[in-house]
Amino acid sequence: MPEPTNALIETRDLRLYYGSTLALKGVNIDIPEKKVTAFIGPSGCGKSTLLRCYNRMNDLIDSVRIEGSIKIAGQDINSKDVDVIELRKQVGMVFQKSNPFPKSIYENVAYAPRLHGTRNKGDLDAIVEESLRGAALWDEVKDRLGSSAMGLSGGQQQRLCIARAIAIKPQILLMDEPASALDPIATARIEELVQELKTNYTIVIVTHNMQQATRISDCTAFFYLGEMVEFDSTKKIFTNPSKQQTEDYVTGRFG
Amino acid sequence: MMKPGDEAKEAKALAMAEFECDNIETLSNAPGGAVKSDKPRIGDTEMITHHDQELSLLKDKLLTMASMTEASITQAVKALIERDDEMARQVKSQDDQIDRLEIEMDEMAIMLLSKAPLARDLRFIIVAMKISHDLERSGDEAWAIAKRAIKLNQEPQLKPYVDIPRMATMALDMIRCALEAFVNRESKELARTVLQRDEEVNSLYKQLQRELVSYMLESPPNITRCLHLMQVAKRIERIADHATNIAEEVIYLHEGQDVRHRQS
Repeated sequence: MPEPTNALIETRDLRLYYGSTLALKGVNIDIPEKKVTAFIGPSGCGKSTLLRCYNRMNDLIDSVRIEGSIKIAGQDINSKDVDVIELRKQVGMVFQKSNPFPKSIYENVAYAPRLHGTRNKGDLDAIVEESLRGAALWDEVKDRLGSSAMGLSGGQQQRLCIARAIAIKPQILLMDEPASALDPIATARIEELVQELKTNYTIVIVTHNMQQATRISDCTAFFYLGEMVEFDSTKKIFTNPSKQQTEDYVTGRFG
Repeated sequence: MMKPGDEAKEAKALAMAEFECDNIETLSNAPGGAVKSDKPRIGDTEMITHHDQELSLLKDKLLTMASMTEASITQAVKALIERDDEMARQVKSQDDQIDRLEIEMDEMAIMLLSKAPLARDLRFIIVAMKISHDLERSGDEAWAIAKRAIKLNQEPQLKPYVDIPRMATMALDMIRCALEAFVNRESKELARTVLQRDEEVNSLYKQLQRELVSYMLESPPNITRCLHLMQVAKRIERIADHATNIAEEVIYLHEGQDVRHRQS
């Protein structure tokens, strides 16, 4: 197991059904605070499903049923009195395909803070600048904040989505293959950004790129067929994993 | 000092017989084949990939290198015991080949590392590079022994060689065991035995040192030959150290555990 740190997200015996299909078969994993945790595993192993559990994105799918518990900072996020909007403010998400709103760059970032009650123009300006700086995008867009976000390059759009996610200062950032559609340079920028962000945020990232996991994550969990096979420090997982399944996956021998 | 008489000849023959007995079967021409016997077990798909084949080539090259190194050491010691200059000189050409193999190993390993291998594959390539380095150094030691043998052959034999062939046999066996453990994960315990046996070689070396010092004190004309023999013993002791390194590398390969520089 990774060196003991504060577990921010405690996942206990989590079982998730899509209709009658059991997609997560009793997963236990503690995500450490202010670290980057990578989820790896072949397609369909449940890693994205688990990631989506952390901000209850699976609520949007009718057939989904969840058993077990997820606690974030000690609070059971599936309990009835949890406000999902408030939860998603705490747990931001960045997707594989960048999905900026068809609005200006400024409005993309200002949208959520405004939704959560920030009305003052000066405050919003400050948040937009801070978020864009945090996402390493400010210098590239500061002179065209009013132009459409759709005109940005793929890598810029993805960083804009990160800026949008951090504009409301979440505790946790979930990233589902955030760089898989980007070229190596844009990927490097995202990876660099993840390193910077982890001083303030707890990051969970799903990736199919093993080298990316070695470069950016502190801990890595390997999933297979809905089970968490092995969770350890990234160094251990990629140099000397304990389980044969992990070994075979990271060396590219199956999956 | 012993004159090259019947008695010396007999002792020489005896020493050689014992040495050959232990070493004549050359050496770990262990079967090539895939790097790992345990094929992927999950997902039902058993793949022998291009990648596996490349790793297998790296292993084969390393084993070729190992068998040449072992042959070099065997010949160098044999050249000393049998006072055979011709055999000593053969060690040189063999050493050149080992050097070339080391360079080829490095080139292959760098090519393989550029593909960013992980876990067992990563450890395997790194360990193969390190073992090849230890083998190359052992080959150098063999040539150094052969050179001393040529010099010693110009003078009458100082004494019957007993401990030197024994040390050489032990060092060679250590290399063989370490490589056997490298090839067969099942034999990985052999690597740990190598670590223990290094101590035996060291104590034999110290014993020999004391003996040679007494020869030198006895008579100054012995000194040159004693110093040559001292060097030979030192070189063999170094070979055992390289074998120990190889064993440590093999343990890392199989267990991912670094056992270097531990007080035993």
